[in-house]
Order: sequence, then C-alpha cells, then structure tokens
Amino acid sequence: MNLNEYIESGLLELYVCGALSPEESIEISKKLHEHPEIKSEVEQIESALQYLGTAVAPYNPEELLDSIKQKLKNMDHSIPVIVAKPKRTTNWTAYIGWAACIILAIGLLALFQKNHSLRTELRAVAIKNVQIEQEIENVRKSSEKTKQLLGILRDYDLTRVPLKGQKIAPDVFVNILWDQKENRAFIDAKDLPEPPPGKVYQVWSLTLDPLTPTSIGLLDQFEEDENKIFVLNNPNNSEAFGITLEPAGGSTSPTMEQLYVLGAVEAKS
Amino acid sequence: MYIFNQRELNYMQPDALILELQSKNLKAFEQIYNLYSENIFGVIFAIVQHEKISEEILQDVFIKVWNNAEKYSPTKGRFFTWLLNIARNAAIDEIRSKSFKKSNQNYNASFYVDILEEKSSFSSKIDAIGIKKYINTLKPFCKKIIDLLYFKGFTQKEASEKLEIPLGTVKTQNRNCLNSLREILIEK
Repeated sequence: MNLNEYIESGLLELYVCGALSPEESIEISKKLHEHPEIKSEVEQIESALQYLGTAVAPYNPEELLDSIKQKLKNMDHSIPVIVAKPKRTTNWTAYIGWAACIILAIGLLALFQKNHSLRTELRAVAIKNVQIEQEIENVRKSSEKTKQLLGILRDYDLTRVPLKGQKIAPDVFVNILWDQKENRAFIDAKDLPEPPPGKVYQVWSLTLDPLTPTSIGLLDQFEEDENKIFVLNNPNNSEAFGITLEPAGGSTSPTMEQLYVLGAVEAKS
Repeated sequence: MYIFNQRELNYMQPDALILELQSKNLKAFEQIYNLYSENIFGVIFAIVQHEKISEEILQDVFIKVWNNAEKYSPTKGRFFTWLLNIARNAAIDEIRSKSFKKSNQNYNASFYVDILEEKSSFSSKIDAIGIKKYINTLKPFCKKIIDLLYFKGFTQKEASEKLEIPLGTVKTQNRNCLNSLREILIEK
C-alpha cells in the first residue's frame, strides 16, 4: 500500500474518530511520525471534525474555565496543608531551653528547701547532743559517787545500825553506816517515803542515859538524790539513831509523833 | 486571554502545549481548554442534549484531563482523540445513569444535524448558518455515518452492524463523507 492508497483508505478518519482498535491506532501513530503527508492529512481531518463539534455546541463554554480552575485549586490545597505542619519543629531549642530553666529552678528550690530542713535538723541534733552530754555527765557523776560509796563501804570498818519503822511507818527500814574514825554517817534512806511539801527528814543522834537527842543534819533534796544515800557528820558518841519528819529547815528537838525509824547501836565487842 | 488562531487549530496538534500540560502547567491547561472546550462541548451536547448537564460533564472531563494528562501518549493516538474518548465516555455514562433517565424521560437520541436545525443562538467562532446550510447538502447516509462514528463513538464494527454495510464500506464511505465536509470548510 503506497502513501496515497493509505491516505485514501479511510483508516485515518477512523483513527481520528477513535473507532479503531488500540493496536491499529499505535501503528498509524508510528506512520504519522514517519510521513509528513499522513500527519498533514490527519490534522486536516481533525480540524474538520473539531469544526463540526463547535458547530453543534450551543454556546462557547469559556466561563466554565474559572469554575474548573477553582475546583483544581481546591483539590491541590489538600496537599500543602500536610507539608506546612513540620514548621512547628523549628522551636525545639527554645522549648528545651525553657524546660531546662524550669528544671533548674525546681532543683534550686528543692536544694534550698533541703538545706533549710537540714539546718533545722542540725540545730535539733545539737540541742539533743548537749542534753545527752549533760545526761552522760550526770551519769558519770552518779557513777563516781557510787564508786566512792562502794570504796568507802569496802575500805572502812563501818558500824551498821539498822533503824526499824515506828508507829507512823511500820514497814520502813533505814540503814545507817557509821564511820567512827572519820565521824561520818551514811544514811541509806531508800525506804523512806517522799516527804510532803514543806517538810524534811531530820536525823538525830541519841544518847540513852539520859535520853538526849542531837541533830546531825537534814536529808536535804531528798527527792533529787537517786541513791538516797546521804552523808552526814556525826562526831557524837551515839548510842542510837532516829529520823523524824520536821518542818522545812529542821527543829532543835525531835517531834516524837513524827518519828519514822529508830535503832540502837549495838555494843562493840 | 489567549485566543488561538485558526491556522493553529487547522493544521497542528500543539505538542509543546501538551508536554507543558503534562508537567502541570496551569497556563498550558488554560490554552488547551481554549483550543478544545467548545468542540468537545459540542460532542457532549450532541449526546446528552441538555445544556446544564453538558456543562457539568465538560468540567469533569477537563478536571480528568488535568489529573490524567500524563496518561496520554502520542504513540497511541491523537490528543484530540484521547480527549474525545474521555468526553464521549463521560456523556454516555451520564445518559445511562438512573438520575439522567429519571429527569429526562422524554430523552430521544437525535442526530447532530437535528441539533444544528434547532439551534437558535450561534457560536461566536463559526458561522453556524453557513455550516448548517452545507451540512444539509450532505447525503443522509453521510449525516448518519458521521453521527455514529464521531458523535456517538461507535467502532467500525458496531457502525457496520448498525448501518448493515460491510466493514470496508464503513471506512471508505466515512472517508467520502468527511471529504465532502472538508470541501465545505475549505470553501468558507
């Protein structure tokens, strides 16, 4: 088939109308690029058909272009919205900075608070320390006193004088250890009840014939002395000892109604 | 607004413009629209014969052209033929749709020639009175074969069955009829 026959066959008209199979159309498209005569013929057929279409159109739809472009724009707008979002990430350094500031402030505040509470605690501990030191000192003193007493009890030849409870306090028992060399008397008054306010125990040395009481001292600060062992001077040749409850400051002679304990010194062998 | 010249419309396919369209150039799209919208509108109207519906279809067709432009390849056929297929398919889908059948119960497919007869207002770009006069000089057979192959999108085989003529005759008769049309246009 030469070019002219090809053009005259009517295939090109069907090609432009779209009435051929895809394979036939591809073949003609190839020929069209190879032969300018075929291309020119196709363009003229196309032009005639376009003219015919235009003639049938009720009017020129040129105003519809704006509406179409608007629709295309609306479709396109859905894309940049997604792209725009990542801009938010640019402020990361600022956020980190602020976060660091806040954390630092919280940390400083916590440290300050901690420091304050530690100081308070330290003060409390210091006070307690002083108290404990005082207590240790007291215990040490008490322990020393006890050692001293023990030493005395061991070292000396003491006369033991048991004093028995009298009418007013039958169950009470007081021991007096009398160091005749040093003229001291140790009164172990553990059994005596605490004296009522304004009253004090007074210790008497007695000679029996005739019965003469001599005051050897008061059991001062009775309630404060834990050991309840009192040391009093006794230079008398005592034959007996007694303890009475007297008004504060003591009396010159014993109040016999308030005689708590009484005991005689056993004759030396 | 870009106004195409008759020479361009008559003798060439705007290949450069099509490439620009395929790379999503909106200006190229506008020029393509100006080149093809009126004749494609004519084809759509010849099928649905309803102005508002034709407008809707035309918009859909050109949105499709924008979205699917890269699917067109000159190795497969003419750009105009590609456009023609999209438009005819969209228009035929519409007249087959339930909503169209409901609202256009008295729809009766007619020739483009009848449409030309009924036209009262004419396109600015062509002398419709002139073309109508000359089209009327076409043989009735020519009017019919052009209607089927061009406006209704029949294949060669479908047209031969519809017109009850051999396949080869469809080809040659269509050629003869279109030649008569081209003569009319050259005269003008």
